Amino acid sequence: MIRVSFLSNLINGISLGSVYAIIALGYTMVYGIAKMLNFAHGDVIMIGAYISFCVTQYLGLPAWVSVLASMLVCTLLGMTIERLAYKPLRSAPSLAVLITAIGMSYFLQNIAQLIWSANPKSFTSVVAFEPLRLFGGKLIITDEAIVTVLVCVVIMICLTLFTEKTKMGKAMRAVSEDKGAAQLMGINVNMTISVTFAIGSALAAIAGVLLCSSYPALMPTTGSMPGIKAFTAAVFGGIGSIPGAMLGGILLGIIEILGKSYISTELGDAIVFAILIILLLVKPTGLLGKKVNEKV
Amino acid sequence: MKKKSNKTFISNLITYAMVIIAFVVIFIMQENKMLSYSAKQLLVPVCVWIVMAISLNLTVGISGELSLGHAGFMCVGAFVGAVLTIICKKSIENEALRLILAMLTAGVAAGLTGVIVGVPVLRLRGDYLAIVTLAFGEIIRNVLNLVYVGMDMETGALAFGFNNPSLPGKLIVNGPQGVQGITRISTFTMGFALIIFALIVVLNMTNSRAGRAMMALRDNRIAAESVGISATKYKLMAFVTSAALAGMAGALYAMNYSTVTGAKFKFDTSILVLVFVVLGGIGNIRGSIIAATVLTILPEMLREFSDYRMLIYAIVLIVVMLATNSPAFKQFFDVVKEKMIGLFAKKNGEGDAANE
Repeated sequence: MIRVSFLSNLINGISLGSVYAIIALGYTMVYGIAKMLNFAHGDVIMIGAYISFCVTQYLGLPAWVSVLASMLVCTLLGMTIERLAYKPLRSAPSLAVLITAIGMSYFLQNIAQLIWSANPKSFTSVVAFEPLRLFGGKLIITDEAIVTVLVCVVIMICLTLFTEKTKMGKAMRAVSEDKGAAQLMGINVNMTISVTFAIGSALAAIAGVLLCSSYPALMPTTGSMPGIKAFTAAVFGGIGSIPGAMLGGILLGIIEILGKSYISTELGDAIVFAILIILLLVKPTGLLGKKVNEKV
Repeated sequence: MKKKSNKTFISNLITYAMVIIAFVVIFIMQENKMLSYSAKQLLVPVCVWIVMAISLNLTVGISGELSLGHAGFMCVGAFVGAVLTIICKKSIENEALRLILAMLTAGVAAGLTGVIVGVPVLRLRGDYLAIVTLAFGEIIRNVLNLVYVGMDMETGALAFGFNNPSLPGKLIVNGPQGVQGITRISTFTMGFALIIFALIVVLNMTNSRAGRAMMALRDNRIAAESVGISATKYKLMAFVTSAALAGMAGALYAMNYSTVTGAKFKFDTSILVLVFVVLGGIGNIRGSIIAATVLTILPEMLREFSDYRMLIYAIVLIVVMLATNSPAFKQFFDVVKEKMIGLFAKKNGEGDAANE
């Protein structure tokens, strides 16, 4: 019995971790290229979930259309934010960019509050098939968990192929290594950064829909805590590294769910953060982060 | 050299004068009942946020370490201070004395927390340091949410519990419900005193040998270390001082309300203070004071727009950052900025006139 409940917790952890991983990918890609912490990323998740909610609820369209619509809106949103708020600050000190991102985060939350009000909306899951029952019905794996993990794996494979094989992916890696040199080689740096934001925001939309499918209360603040957790996950795996974000996200999800069920519900978040601190003290660049030597 | 130290002296003098004049003006207005109820409610919070901004500026501006967990120290200070005043309610009759004692104890407690947090955290650099301070802030808040303290009202005997609310006596610290039954003893005068205290500590530290060492480490760590400046020592000094001041501000904040909960010191609060520091100008103490004052009053002034006020706040934040940092926007907004300053000067009266 104990083993079955452990397995079910583990699966929940992997499922939550997959959502964190998808969000963390957005953080880590933007950090890798623009060297900025995009605090508004968590709120893009929330907007994505709201768009999907509206399309299914008010327009009555099927779930897959709503996912596509929310990806489209978030992509445009991400690119607009980058163009309006971050691009003018490309040469500004990093703290100024950070505060602008925080301002953007407030802005998105308040816009959402004006449009959809602060009352929680009950999100209908976008996946609807029978949950998987194993061990004679003792272990139930929800359909949301299966889809979340599958989507996460697909995204990881696609993204790896994209960054390794395509010209755009190569340009991204070049820009994240050395912006100036990349520009000299004829890479359109502004375009590359724009595309990075677009991909990150589209991923955020998917993450938002998946997150709200498993945890259905949708509010203007829905995105902020998962956003911070995903940011933690990105640092955990080594910020700037794509496989690191996946690994960090999934580990963080597992730690959170196991900590909440076996140690203390209230201390779940504290345990996550404590493990992050211990890890960073042992390995200051995260699990898969590259060590950058300082030049004198 | 001499000319430069003269310049700092005058600059510091202006800062002190600005605070003192603002205090005198507001104090006279308060005595003559010229302040509205909502304006009076704002006096102590403004003082609290000013002290928070000054203290964070020591870490972020002078020492150059981005801290995202400053509210955690405020939280420790608030809880310790509030509990202490409840315990000492009978033994110390004088409210001002009780408040001072509470603030000092809160400062020491937050400073000790600062040492515990600072020693591991300051080994890290840049963004990693930022995320770990964020993590510590959340841990402090999460842990305080599980602390229960019961007090026997007759004997004053205390009982502590962790994640266990069944304690003898009346619960003065009640987990997520926080500290209840605080006597509201914070006053504007005490807030002013705390600002002056924070100014003396921070400005003197900045202009001392230690402060110059901190700034050298900020500007070039390797070069500073190579001439024998101990990075750990000075960074820890700045961090702990900043934590202690935040704890004192926390105590003042807690004693302005009848209850105080951990939920008030979330990550958002740390960000709020960081916004004051960055908008005021990193490393510029006077800027922090002005930014904290304006940004605390601004949401209240926008109250008539109710639903839109936080939206306007967000837009102001973005626009100011763009206007002050982007070369293209700078020219365009120079005109708008001048007009805005003129508007504030009119509304805030003489308090702001000293800023210019």
